[in-house]
Amino acid sequence: MNKDLKASAPTDSEIVLGILNNSEVVLKRLYTTYFPMILQLIINNNGDEDDAKDIYQEAIIVLYNKIKGGDFELNSKLKTYIYSVCRRLWLKRLSQMNRYGGDIRDFEEHLPVEEEIESHSDRDIQFGKMESALQQLGEPCKTIMEDFYIKNRSMQEICERFGYTNADNAKTQKYKCLQRLKKLFFQQK
Amino acid sequence: MSDNQLTEFIERYFDGSMTAEERVQFELLRKNNAAVESKVTEHIQFIGLLKQYGERIELESRLNAIHSEIDVHALKEEVTIHPVWIVRMWRNHHSKISVAASVAIFGVLTILILTGKLNNDRSKYQQLSEKIDKMEKTVTQIGHGRTPEKPKPVRPPANFRGTGFALTSNGYLATDYHVIKNADSVYVQNAAGESFHAKVIYTEPQYDLAILQINDPSFKNLGPIPYNLKRSEGDLGENVYTLGYPTDHVVYGAGYLASAANYSNDSTEYIISVPVNPGNSGGPLLDEKGNVIGVITARQTQVAGAYFAKKSTYLLKTIQNIPTDSLSKTLNMNTKNKLSGLSSTQLSKKLKNYVFMVKVYNQ
Repeated sequence: MNKDLKASAPTDSEIVLGILNNSEVVLKRLYTTYFPMILQLIINNNGDEDDAKDIYQEAIIVLYNKIKGGDFELNSKLKTYIYSVCRRLWLKRLSQMNRYGGDIRDFEEHLPVEEEIESHSDRDIQFGKMESALQQLGEPCKTIMEDFYIKNRSMQEICERFGYTNADNAKTQKYKCLQRLKKLFFQQK
Repeated sequence: MSDNQLTEFIERYFDGSMTAEERVQFELLRKNNAAVESKVTEHIQFIGLLKQYGERIELESRLNAIHSEIDVHALKEEVTIHPVWIVRMWRNHHSKISVAASVAIFGVLTILILTGKLNNDRSKYQQLSEKIDKMEKTVTQIGHGRTPEKPKPVRPPANFRGTGFALTSNGYLATDYHVIKNADSVYVQNAAGESFHAKVIYTEPQYDLAILQINDPSFKNLGPIPYNLKRSEGDLGENVYTLGYPTDHVVYGAGYLASAANYSNDSTEYIISVPVNPGNSGGPLLDEKGNVIGVITARQTQVAGAYFAKKSTYLLKTIQNIPTDSLSKTLNMNTKNKLSGLSSTQLSKKLKNYVFMVKVYNQ
């Protein structure tokens, strides 16, 4: 199994460049290359395949953001980096579930990655708040916010989609929604 | 200016749809009004977070799409290490198992300490002498219908009984200390039913051994002793036998040597499998060649079939420890052994002349 993977494994700099250029193919190769390693780690340490998926995707997101943020230096192998992040995340998850027996079976060498995970989980908390604020906002505000701010659609398109006859009405509606969204977001603890 | 208007200004400022005049005015407003400036910063950060959130959602859906193409099930089979179930169970539950085991050990120890079983092994240890009166009662209950024949000189029945065996032909005997302890007077009776007065000349309570001497005028020399005391330790598993007086008649018992130390780890005693009863205490334990390898001492009441015999080396030590001025006759141990090669019937016939019932009288 390992041999096959190595043969088709992309090089680390290929991956970094691919992610910087938004290459879907490279992202896919990255994902499929290291997933078995993490599946092995999680499954043999009290987890199941769903846990492995969650943990692995989180690690890929950490790596992705780090590369995109431009502060990624290749001073270790990507493989080691991914393994270390997953290992750290999984230990954290295990201790949250009280399933951690004080011992993890390691399959690879690993590095300390505390800082990355700290800033990642801070950001995750913010995203969680945003998600629930959007949920509470309700329709049509939620879609208007997503269309305008996330999908970068024009006010014209939004007007047509929601059947606003007057662009000013749509605009007013949008600002009202944004005010409510901010309120909902900031009042969360 | 309302919040909505301010937001509109901010957005127009950043998307470049403001006129040059408006821009100058807005920049002036930001400069002079700290509240407006902080609104601007907050808005930029908030919209930034909203956009990042959108990107995260999009990245997650891309990853999910990639993930759905992987055959996770097949991979799982490949990477799973299958430890044996007991290892898995230990790995998943070892903290619970440890706690349970600790509680169990603690409980057992507590019970042992509370009931005093832990430090008082001897309580299970029943010494083999018996009260004659108790015995008589049993005999009548069983319905032998016959009280033991009293020796000719009329004497009250003995309070306590054990067994002893001759060390020399001139009347030195060995028995257990617990048989004769607290004795006011001691009589020994041979297989023919003749009783002789005896005197305790030496005791070794730490080994539970005592040396008696027959000092009765009617006593005649026993003739050469057919066995000798073994100076080395017996071998595990070897056949051993004994003669003794658990009843009024001499009783033969055979078995094997089970261990070189008793349950209290006292290496002065053997564990033997020879069935013995109260009254056998003090009897000789012989090996197949006719060497005396020990002296019957006690039985373990809690363990079926476990009995104890003091090793012959301790008897030899006891004999050596006798002060010379308490010996009125010579105590020369026989070193020849005339029993080897005899069948068990011949053995017991020969031996019984040298094994005595020890009867103890006290107030």
